[in-house]
Amino acid sequence: MSTWRHYLPGWACWALVARNFRVWRKLWLPSLLGNFGDPLLYLLALGYGLGHFVGRIEGMSYITFIASGIVASSVMNTATFEGLYSAFTRMSVQKTYAAILATPLEVSDVLAGEMLWSALKGTISAVAIIVVASFFGAIHWAGVPWALPVILLSGMAFAAIALTVTAISRSYDFFMYYFTLVVTPMFLFCGVFYPLKTLPTLGQTIAQFLPLTHAVALLRPWLTGHWPTDIALHLAVLAGYTVVGYTLAILLLRRRLLV
Amino acid sequence: MDVTVPSNFLEAEGLYKAYSGRPVLQNFGLRIRTGECYVLVGPNGAGKSTCIRGIQGITPLDAGEIRIAGQPVQSLPHGGRYTLGVVPQEDNLDPDFTVAENLWVYGRYFALPRASIRRRTSELLEFMLLADYAHKPIAALSGGMKRRLTIARALIHEPRLILLDEPSTGLDPQARHLIWQKLRELKRQGVTLLLTTHYMDEAERLADRVGIIDHGRILDEAPPAELIARHIPPMVLELRRLDGSRPDPEDWHVGRVAAAERVGDTLLLYGADLAGVHRHFAELGGLQLLLRNANLEDVFLRLTGRDLREGDRE
Repeated sequence: MSTWRHYLPGWACWALVARNFRVWRKLWLPSLLGNFGDPLLYLLALGYGLGHFVGRIEGMSYITFIASGIVASSVMNTATFEGLYSAFTRMSVQKTYAAILATPLEVSDVLAGEMLWSALKGTISAVAIIVVASFFGAIHWAGVPWALPVILLSGMAFAAIALTVTAISRSYDFFMYYFTLVVTPMFLFCGVFYPLKTLPTLGQTIAQFLPLTHAVALLRPWLTGHWPTDIALHLAVLAGYTVVGYTLAILLLRRRLLV
Repeated sequence: MDVTVPSNFLEAEGLYKAYSGRPVLQNFGLRIRTGECYVLVGPNGAGKSTCIRGIQGITPLDAGEIRIAGQPVQSLPHGGRYTLGVVPQEDNLDPDFTVAENLWVYGRYFALPRASIRRRTSELLEFMLLADYAHKPIAALSGGMKRRLTIARALIHEPRLILLDEPSTGLDPQARHLIWQKLRELKRQGVTLLLTTHYMDEAERLADRVGIIDHGRILDEAPPAELIARHIPPMVLELRRLDGSRPDPEDWHVGRVAAAERVGDTLLLYGADLAGVHRHFAELGGLQLLLRNANLEDVFLRLTGRDLREGDRE
């Protein structure tokens, strides 16, 4: 077997996606309810509550403004959670990966399968929010076909970073650092709740290096009836995080699992 | 078909593995014949698991070559994993699934056709006496059932060689006997077995050949009876005093037995015929006596740890 197969995934990775989907299917109702319920609360509390004082922002109602932001942040949260807690459980607690590595699947297939699954789960939650937000008239459906691939790509990027963190993590506690230092700042400072340009220049510059900024920059226009600018740049950043995250994760995971 | 079946199904040669400078396998070699049950016995840390994981292609080895049916594993599709079934030491059944689903999902990892997974699942659950538990969650199984399911899982793709790393560790006697029975059935079906254990009775019951491993190399290998005959006189007499004092303070046994060994409070006497020696100590009284056949454990302890004093030969 050639060496590249150790580092690059093959079709076999879909067997892991199928495994995770099979588990999800057992609890699809509560899982979907969570996907619908949470964003509904956000939209009501912030869109209506806070929106009453905000008024219009960038030419749209506040609920329309944050609906697209919450779609993006929900992809981040869902894919991150799956790449951290769920993947760590399968790797360390359940030893699922150890069992899988006795089959034709390689570490690269496991990693790619987890990334794809995390991205799909992120997409499921994004679609749930889009559906809920459209009841409030906060979604322009014409842009949704453009938004979906971006949602999937963002999910891959967030999952790739999360799986890198999982690969070096010794316990669940370690994930708190990642949430406090990376995920929560992105949630608050990447344009989900207010336009980036309200940040001081330094803040805006830092935000340009974070993947959520670029997910929001693409998803907000497409979901609100506009056309984004700098599409190639935003896609490149998201793809870059995906590739760099995958590369780090495959090296770290191989070192961790193949001993 | 004019396919020549090599007499050795699995060959390992010159395997080396060190963890941060500490050698675990040193010039380790192994030849397992087609249809044979080979049992690797050794103390903890002797290199048994590393050997199994190395053959599987999980542990990267520093040197050496592994061949399955004459082919180097690197040249086989997926490192030979379609030919290998693995029963790992630690339980890693998928707790998110039921018994039958575990086999289903595992079969899908091997990309087996759905119909053949269904057929194999009912065959294997029947074979491993788990048919009534097909739709039970893993948490509802006893230790022995989990181990049987792990063996069933390793058989889903009909491998011709099964690697079992301490398959009966932690099981109660009933569960162990059932596992042994099933492994013998597999052997009769022509499956080649490589098994590790640190239970000598397991090795004696299952093995066509036993290899004793310590410090990462095979010290000796042979069929169990031959291995015993090679290293130990056929009879053993164990002597012990209830108060823990020396069993034979006058060294009466010296010159009357082939070999003797003192281990803590126990004196072990070895010989071809110990009836006279046994009678002497029985008449003396005050001793706990056990006259028994020499077994693999005696050989194992001799080769891996405690030394037999040879100076007492007549």
